[in-house]
Amino acid sequence: MSGVLVIMEQRGGAWSRMSWETLVAGQQLAVQTGSTVSAAVAGQGIGALAGELAAKKLDKVYAVEHALLGAYTADGYTAAVEQLIRKVSPEIVLFPHTYQVRDFAPKLATRFGQVLISDTIGFRVEGGAPVFARQLFQGKLNADVKAGGAAPHFASVQAGAFRADQLEAGSATVETFAPDLSADKIRAKPDAPFRESSRAVDLTAADIIVSVGRGIKEKDNIPIVEELAKALGAELAASRPICDSGWLPMERQVGSSGQTVSPKVYMAVGISGAIQHLVGMKGAKTIVAINKDANAPIFEVADYGIVGDLFEVVPALVEEVKKAKS
Amino acid sequence: MKIIVSIKQVPVRDSQLRIESSGRWIQENDLSFEINEPDAYALEEALQLKEKHGGEVIALCLGPARASQTIREALAKGADRAIHIEEEDLTSFDTLGMAKLLAKAAEAEKSDLILTGLQSDDLGSGQTGVVMAEILGLPSATIIMAVETEGAGIRVKRELEDGWFQNVEMPLPAVLTIQSGINKLRYATLMGIKKAKTKEVKRVTVSELGVTAMPVAVVERVYLPQRTKQTQILEGSAKEAAAKLVEKLKFEVRVI
Repeated sequence: MSGVLVIMEQRGGAWSRMSWETLVAGQQLAVQTGSTVSAAVAGQGIGALAGELAAKKLDKVYAVEHALLGAYTADGYTAAVEQLIRKVSPEIVLFPHTYQVRDFAPKLATRFGQVLISDTIGFRVEGGAPVFARQLFQGKLNADVKAGGAAPHFASVQAGAFRADQLEAGSATVETFAPDLSADKIRAKPDAPFRESSRAVDLTAADIIVSVGRGIKEKDNIPIVEELAKALGAELAASRPICDSGWLPMERQVGSSGQTVSPKVYMAVGISGAIQHLVGMKGAKTIVAINKDANAPIFEVADYGIVGDLFEVVPALVEEVKKAKS
Repeated sequence: MKIIVSIKQVPVRDSQLRIESSGRWIQENDLSFEINEPDAYALEEALQLKEKHGGEVIALCLGPARASQTIREALAKGADRAIHIEEEDLTSFDTLGMAKLLAKAAEAEKSDLILTGLQSDDLGSGQTGVVMAEILGLPSATIIMAVETEGAGIRVKRELEDGWFQNVEMPLPAVLTIQSGINKLRYATLMGIKKAKTKEVKRVTVSELGVTAMPVAVVERVYLPQRTKQTQILEGSAKEAAAKLVEKLKFEVRVI
């Protein structure tokens, strides 16, 4: 057992960009544990993707190629990656913490009597073994989790935890791995992915976004933030729970399941800042948070913060904005 | 359709969390608890499936004695009966250990479907359902936004990233992890609350289930996250803070 193996993710021949961040984590983990890092990509017709990986600083690239891996299924991917791991015997297996990984990696880890240490944000190496940091309570606390038991150890890496531009180039040999899969062992029949409807609201074009979260308490209070958005000439957006409740349409949702935005100003009103929301907006140039809880994770990414009752602060803000504009 | 819903009791969302002296978990004695929100959606989905197709809904909960309140609420909303795996100290179990306990308790019921929330608001590992499925040898699908029956199986709508979805057909029995917002949560009725008192809650212990805690992923310590940005907190009354913010937006950020 040795080395780090990074399982990259692609769909229809396009990389999930989080894969590159995970590859950086893998390279850094290999340096710190004094071992090597390899990467694998699974699918059908993935020669070009494997070729792209071969230009990175890696020990080896595994192209896990099979007709039954053309469309993602939990059964197919679990079996294929399991077989690769048994052949390669890595010490640590890293994944990007994507929806797809959440669908099959826990299953995979279970087959090795292991637990996926999921959604990690960093690691340190202690006595040659990694201790991973991950968030608890929607980002309010962190925990250090040690990967115990027999290798391989499994961890997934949170979006944005590592920077893809730190990826080191190099050259690696590509090895094609043909897993033994049979159609009758794949129990789910997936249709092609689809989008609900063309997006009527393109939040990505907005310079200023006023976004509202649970702190608004009820639907009837939405006009309070609507007015702020109007005063600022901003688009109105929301965190997931607001759209789940039907208080604002789904197309105004910012976060991992909604839109990813990077406006000049993102004003988070009554949003605690769970990671699912943060991944959609932390690229904003300036982040303003208005929240009554001084410990809310949103303040960790905010440039300006007001700790207070949004029902007092927002109307005051509307007034001040109007004054400043007149 | 016989449906098991695995539910967890977690601290209420706005809890002020304090780290206990061991540094390995939070102080729980002064907290209030509630059902994990995605699990509430899973319960609602089970109740709606039962209303459509008939059958039975069984609430399954692993937790200390205090979790019986959350179980009562599930019964009041319409679950037919419950299984409570009662264990005061869960810190010695990791995700695999907890999933083993839940799978063991679920196994004997031979249900058609097992539902649970996609993740818990406390640990947030997002794996319990998938690991249960693997232990039980069942197919699973995660982050589900719709469930329909299709012949002898089901057709589910998986949420993918960036507004994408995917429909997947699978045979029963199966395990699904449910996304928040899949349905509209109901409130318990007075009649429901009354009836809940007469419904069966089967209590089992960890030792009765014959699962020993052998954690492989060990929480070494919990701590407050370090701030990555220097946040300028604008102090004062609402009016003063608002005026300061507008000043910043006008002269530093220059968007007004």
